[in-house]
Amino acid sequence: MNIVQKLLVATALPLSLVLSGCGETAPKNKAVYLLIDTSGTYTQELHKAQAIINYLLANLNSGDSIAVARIDSGSFSEKDILAKTTFDMRPSTANDQKRSFKQAIDEFANNLKHGSANTDITGGMLQATEYLNETGAGEKYVFIFSDLEEDLPDDYTRDFPISMDNIHVVALNVTKLRSDNIDPRDYLNRLDNWQHRVTEGGGDWRVLNDLERMDRLIVSN
Amino acid sequence: MDALLTLWSANTAVSATVWLLLAMTLLYFGRKPAHSMLRTTGEGLRNVLRLTSRSLSQLERHLVKRNREVLLAAARNDAERRIEREFTRIQALVARDLSGYPALHRDIAAAISNIEDTYRESGENPPLPPAWSEVVNTIAALPSHGDPAVAKVLNNIKGAVEDTHKETLKAWQNSAAQRHKLLSKMQPEWRTLNDKADAVAATVDGLDKRTHQLDKQMAQFEEIRRGEDSAVRSLTSSSLTQFFIAGLVLTIAVMGGLINFQLIALPMSEMVGGTSYIGALKTSDIAALVIILIEIAMGLFLLESLRITRLFPVISSMDDRMRRRMMVISLTILCVLAGIEASLAYMRDLLALDREALTQSLTGVTAAAGGVAASHAEFRWIPSIGQMVMGFILPFALAFIAIPLESFIHSLRTVLGLLLVGAIRAVSVAARALGNLLDHSMKLLMSAYDLLIMIPLSIERLVVSLRSSTEAVADAIPDVTATDEQPARKSRKGRRSKADDDTAAAAA
Repeated sequence: MNIVQKLLVATALPLSLVLSGCGETAPKNKAVYLLIDTSGTYTQELHKAQAIINYLLANLNSGDSIAVARIDSGSFSEKDILAKTTFDMRPSTANDQKRSFKQAIDEFANNLKHGSANTDITGGMLQATEYLNETGAGEKYVFIFSDLEEDLPDDYTRDFPISMDNIHVVALNVTKLRSDNIDPRDYLNRLDNWQHRVTEGGGDWRVLNDLERMDRLIVSN
Repeated sequence: MDALLTLWSANTAVSATVWLLLAMTLLYFGRKPAHSMLRTTGEGLRNVLRLTSRSLSQLERHLVKRNREVLLAAARNDAERRIEREFTRIQALVARDLSGYPALHRDIAAAISNIEDTYRESGENPPLPPAWSEVVNTIAALPSHGDPAVAKVLNNIKGAVEDTHKETLKAWQNSAAQRHKLLSKMQPEWRTLNDKADAVAATVDGLDKRTHQLDKQMAQFEEIRRGEDSAVRSLTSSSLTQFFIAGLVLTIAVMGGLINFQLIALPMSEMVGGTSYIGALKTSDIAALVIILIEIAMGLFLLESLRITRLFPVISSMDDRMRRRMMVISLTILCVLAGIEASLAYMRDLLALDREALTQSLTGVTAAAGGVAASHAEFRWIPSIGQMVMGFILPFALAFIAIPLESFIHSLRTVLGLLLVGAIRAVSVAARALGNLLDHSMKLLMSAYDLLIMIPLSIERLVVSLRSSTEAVADAIPDVTATDEQPARKSRKGRRSKADDDTAAAAA
């Protein structure tokens, strides 16, 4: 075997090893859906939501998707989606998309005057799962920025299981209500109830109240 | 276990003693086959391992021989190349310097001719007539006898002679001055001649040095050709040195390649996208890697076509025209790639700036901090230019990887051969040692076996010694029928001694 043949073998071997890993691989992109509670006094927490969005924009890359929707009286609607985008494969275009996205959210935050009368969290969750499944992303996240106190209009039906296969649900900044201070079990029951619904639907549930630890939002693989 | 311990008696000690006696008896009766088994096992294992060791030693010798052949062949090729190069240099020297020798010879001949002419010219001097002074003196000494006319004539003659003498002297002086002038004109000719002679001497000296170098190379080549041990040792040491030096340079080149990769990986995602993957790697990363590998390949071809390296015999054996074409093509592609890299490096800087600006807007950097950043904006061109220059230079630096790569590949053969020989030698020694160890272990086990049955063995030894002493006493007592019985007793003794011998052999 002469030197050329040896070199060819030495080059072909690692190349074949690399190429053997080719083919159908699982998607590696992420999709994030952020639900922002705009009901009642929770609108005061909106600036925190903006910080979370900025953090997400800084950490998501080309090919990832993000959508921000508000939770109002009837959240199972595309109209409640404030902004959504899938970042372009070119980093420079993705940066422009991020700027536009931020601008859209800032405009919404500046123009929001009144909170909604009711809080349809389940509808928002349904909308979120629908969007995330459509993206076909490898990792799917739903971030709920809310106190998790659902207050539905009288004729709305939301007491059914939600399919949340392979979706990571993270409840952010779950504030305590005045009634929770009287009986903290209400707060714990609220959290347990949502955890039960999410895990029953095949999802994964976490709570993150300390927004200083935003690095734990997206579990890097 | 307890049941076994109380099988013979309720008393454990008694039962254990019975077991011990039973085991001892069994072991005593099985002593011969057990010893035989242990001995044959030990000997068998030792033989097998010795055979393995011998085979490995043979393989080692074969490998050493093969390594030697490979080393000598490589060294022979190398020496041939060096000698060829020396011949090429001598040829160049001869072509450059000695090709001008006819012109030099003409110059020298012309200079010599000029000198000769000048010398000849300087030699043609009008000599001072030696008789003039005598004639003047003779005329001056002529008696005038008081005749004023004679005195006047004589004085006139004397004056005329003196004038002529002065004129002749003056002419001679002029001639001498002319000769000196001619001789001084010879000086540059001498200098030219001297310079030419120096030039010839320098050329011949250079040629002499080259021939000495060639002699050395030839001596080395002869040494290698004869396959002398000293040459092999020297070559092995040289190969190891080459291996480590080339390895070090290759490591540095790999580091350079990584920096190069970092420069172009991010902007590559602008070209091929940052979302697609091939296997576990990003397509943009692979694209960047491919560009770097192509640069290295072009560098290999360039150095190969320049005949600096000889990794591809096909390129080395091409005709000069084709080789030059290949050289130009490789260099052009390398330049184009270097240009692409420089522009990618610039794009990387732009992307980094864009990302930085975005991050600042997302994190809500204050106006004051923004002002500080803006104050440094005037120096932003320095890293931009630096990255571009690095992007342009690194491909050419990587192109030279071919030289250490060639050395590494050539020396790797020797190093791998040495390592393999070392490993085989170690395994061979280990096999031999293990064989001896197992054999000794089996002997140790035989002794341990005897130790377990030392009581019955002692009894046996005692019985044998008692029997032999009884026979000795019987032999000492005189007997009338001794003559008749002697053969029978002898035969019995013979039998017993044979039996003793067997026992002793078994014990051994």
